[in-house]
Amino acid sequence: MATTVVPPKIKPRRSPEPGHPGNGGFRDLVPTHGNLPAVQDYAPVPSKSAIWVVIAAIAMSFAAFTSALVVRQGASTDWHHLTLPPILYLNTLVLLASGVTLEIARRRVAVFMGGPRTLDLNPARWLYITAFLGVVFVAGQYVAWLQLRSEGLYLATNPNSSFFYLLTAIHALHVLGGLVGLTYVLHKLHRVVLRRSTLDSFSYYWHFMGILWVYLLLLLWMKI
Amino acid sequence: MAKFFAITILVIAILSAIPIVRNTWHPMEDISTHGQAIDKQLDDTMWEAGLSFLASQTILAWFIWRFSGSRPGEKSKSFPGGATGLVAGAIILVGVEIFALGIFGVKAWGNIYFTQPGADALPVQVQAGQFAFYFRYPGPDGKFGPLHADKISEANQNFFGLDPVADPDSKDDIVTAEMAIPVNKEIRLLMHAKDVSHSFYVPALRIHQDFVPGLDLQLHFTATKIGRYEIVCSQLCGLGHYNMKAYLDVFSQQDYDDWLKKQAAMQ
Amino acid sequence: MHDTSAPAAAHHGPPTTFIRKHVFSLDHKVIGKQYYDLGLAAVLIGMVLSWLMRIHLGWTNFAIPGLHLLSKTGAPGDVMTPELYLQLMTMHATFMVFFVLTVAPFAAFGNFFIPIHTGAEDMPFPHFNMMSFWTTFVAFCVMLLSFFVGDGPTLGGWTQYAPLSAVGSVAGPGQGAGVVIWATSIAIFCVGQLFGSLNFIPNILDLRCKGLSMWRLPLPTWAWFITSCMGLTSFSVLMPACVLLILDHVAGTSFFVASNLVINDQLQPHSGGSTLLWQHLFWFFGHPEVYIAIVPGMGIVSHVLITNMRKPMLSHRVLVYSFGALAVLSYMVYGHHMFVSGMNPVSSIVFSFPTLLITIPSTIIVLIWIGSLYGAKLRINSASLFALAFISLFITGGVSGFFLAQPSIQILLHATYFVVAHFHFTMAIASVFGIFSGTYFWFPKMWGRMMNETLGRVHFWCSFVGVYCIFMPMHYLGLAGNVRRYSSFPADYMSPLVGVHQFITIAALFTGAAQLIFLYNFIHSRFWGPPAPDNPWQGTSLEWSTTSPPPWDNFGGRHMVVYHDPYQYGVQSSKGDYVMQDSPEQVKTENEEP
Repeated sequence: MATTVVPPKIKPRRSPEPGHPGNGGFRDLVPTHGNLPAVQDYAPVPSKSAIWVVIAAIAMSFAAFTSALVVRQGASTDWHHLTLPPILYLNTLVLLASGVTLEIARRRVAVFMGGPRTLDLNPARWLYITAFLGVVFVAGQYVAWLQLRSEGLYLATNPNSSFFYLLTAIHALHVLGGLVGLTYVLHKLHRVVLRRSTLDSFSYYWHFMGILWVYLLLLLWMKI
Repeated sequence: MAKFFAITILVIAILSAIPIVRNTWHPMEDISTHGQAIDKQLDDTMWEAGLSFLASQTILAWFIWRFSGSRPGEKSKSFPGGATGLVAGAIILVGVEIFALGIFGVKAWGNIYFTQPGADALPVQVQAGQFAFYFRYPGPDGKFGPLHADKISEANQNFFGLDPVADPDSKDDIVTAEMAIPVNKEIRLLMHAKDVSHSFYVPALRIHQDFVPGLDLQLHFTATKIGRYEIVCSQLCGLGHYNMKAYLDVFSQQDYDDWLKKQAAMQ
Repeated sequence: MHDTSAPAAAHHGPPTTFIRKHVFSLDHKVIGKQYYDLGLAAVLIGMVLSWLMRIHLGWTNFAIPGLHLLSKTGAPGDVMTPELYLQLMTMHATFMVFFVLTVAPFAAFGNFFIPIHTGAEDMPFPHFNMMSFWTTFVAFCVMLLSFFVGDGPTLGGWTQYAPLSAVGSVAGPGQGAGVVIWATSIAIFCVGQLFGSLNFIPNILDLRCKGLSMWRLPLPTWAWFITSCMGLTSFSVLMPACVLLILDHVAGTSFFVASNLVINDQLQPHSGGSTLLWQHLFWFFGHPEVYIAIVPGMGIVSHVLITNMRKPMLSHRVLVYSFGALAVLSYMVYGHHMFVSGMNPVSSIVFSFPTLLITIPSTIIVLIWIGSLYGAKLRINSASLFALAFISLFITGGVSGFFLAQPSIQILLHATYFVVAHFHFTMAIASVFGIFSGTYFWFPKMWGRMMNETLGRVHFWCSFVGVYCIFMPMHYLGLAGNVRRYSSFPADYMSPLVGVHQFITIAALFTGAAQLIFLYNFIHSRFWGPPAPDNPWQGTSLEWSTTSPPPWDNFGGRHMVVYHDPYQYGVQSSKGDYVMQDSPEQVKTENEEP
């Protein structure tokens, strides 16, 4: 471990830059007959819109899985409730905690950029903790599957187990995708320059994973 | 070229309309009690659609003819009333059309689906499987025996999976490869799918209903004309889909009774 | 080395290596052209498959030379078996709907022109954009793979209804590995489209240049924006459906397969699944998909028409709102594919009303187009001919939809050739004519050369007359009760209709041959066409403010500023009757958008 903490290189929110195309976004800052050259360039960062596109698409796919669950339940009388492995609740706490640590990291980034460049702020550490908790979550989900297997409940055993494995696995897959994104954020932090927007977009995605998990947990608890 | 194009559009529109006007190809004669409303719906729609089609293609052709080329000396013009008139016109005209057709259509649909069969409707079961329809009549006891999927055997000609030994109700069930019904008698059709999705389409009877594996459905209808008609499968079910059909005979009551007796003797 | 002050979209400098220039390119223009070539390959495959199908339908026992090469068991003596017919039909539809109609008007032209129309240097995430093409390409290859596995491609139609699609090879040839390959390919395709949407939408929302408000975007870009929104919400429903279908095949689950099904006297091991679940999931995707296929074409055709009419549309905003209305309503109508499916008959009535309602925005769009033709100074060329024909074809297709929107009429027309006529008019012809119109119009900008105008017109005439000859008679067949997806017509009441099928086949082969004129023109012009000027059509939107083809950063380092609405035609300016979007020139009669 290094004895000095290298201050993270974080780019502030985008200010007018030479060469940057400006004036996008919902609010159009330039009136039709305004004095165009005088207006400052400002553009919303595309990564924010992009991450909302991704979140919308993932939300729709889980909506599709939910309706598949509801319809499948109604189609037949072979629905056999299964008790959720208790480790799921622990995993939930872990994932929610990772959201908290992420927010700590973001706050530290904001403070760092705002003024005091004290070395013990160390937002990188909190991002590492978030990553660690993410990995613990996925591992915990795997343990939950092992617990179900030990009860003789496999993917095709009954529709309840099918949906359990399906929903938790696909969510875990997206969490792994988020971890890849977090790796990218950390890479930018250490190697190059981390844009504030990159960190923000990642955070939206990660929090969405948390919210989605809470939703899935409720769905599983009520229906499976 | 523009004028030639305009004429081509017009000619195509008129040529397309001719077979409709001359009724060259049309649905089979309706032999059902509920079909009149459907045919009226089709007729009304054909008028409205046909007139819209001819009018819009003609106006398109006319505007292409009239407003092509640089027409030096003439200024570009705007359609009188601009977009507002067209939008209002579209909403009002189309709105009225669809509202009317929609409302009347509910009745035509409801005649089949929102009415119940009478208590003395004749029950007939049809089973669809790759690639044939089989029919079952309840026999003198008026009851259908239960179906056992594990007993189905094409080889033994046990198409429905009946077990007459274990189930007394199955003993007098009559299984046939053709469907026959008496004329002017309400039929209660029970639909069962053996394997994949199929559909029961009898154009003359104005009946069209998919089979749903896992869900037994019921339809009812009355045929009003004696004759031989075809039932065809219209939901893709595999390689034999094109050939999956059966005959529907609408008999007089006497002929139907004779037929049923003959079928019962062959069980 | 990264220049941290450079804008996000221009993180890559001009490409230097062959691989970066032509293969794994980050340049949206190259990606757009790659998509176009993919669409071209797919349409050739789809078209050849349709020729084979049509020959069989007209002449069932005809031995097509070489057919046995396409399938190990499906063409003994080169005569097509019923199963091969269905397999070819399924592949025809799959290639056409996914790899032509979603790729060409949307991914190809959209990729090329969205950054240019927004005055940007490239898409915001060029690496994801590159991945979107290559993912789609992988999906294409996987789909082709199904011709080479055991018993061939799946035969269940592009709609893959369960349980036929879910029970496995016991249900027929191609229903084992063929279905898994199909579902895998489509799932990969969905991912590719998502990568595209996540570029298109942020580009349009965030990277517009100075002075370019949303309302100043040209109509194709609005159409692509709306289509991207549809894509991200509909493909993300198809993918889960494909996942569930694959699981039913390989993992023994029973999402779609009910209990007690017996095939070939064998009781199937599945239980409890819902047949209709597949249809709900599929059509929730499937109906927006057909609007994804047509809305970009509407945008392109509007753009081409305006340039050639030398006047803007009667109302820019009404057209945009109508495209949006089509998109929103498209999610509420999907049940009209399921009127007689066995779902609750009340639902059928419920779905029929929004279906009828969707006639209104469609009618408004057509009326705006026709109304805008009034008083125009219409130029006739290949691009405008295809655009005008689009209107005629969309009218015909829309009118047949009016019948199918009603459950009571669907009792007669469901699953007949009437439906085949309807969707071919709207998708196969209108949408493809939109692609042709865009091709003839934008070819100079995309490839820097001019296409041959005479060949274009010959192509047009053969195609326009040809497609009406092919598909108009299908309405009559449908009225007569000719069921679709049949490899031949043994039923008593259908066999007299074979003569009509033969007429259609001849028309199809003739029209297909005419497409080779286009293919020749396209390829020849790419290499040997006369060099194109920057603005061959005197257009106003931003693509005409740069060279043909544009430089790697689209505008040669210029930072575009937009001063006008996109379609300032019919004005008096220094250039003539138009003023370009990025020209600071104030004009005498400014056409403000209403």
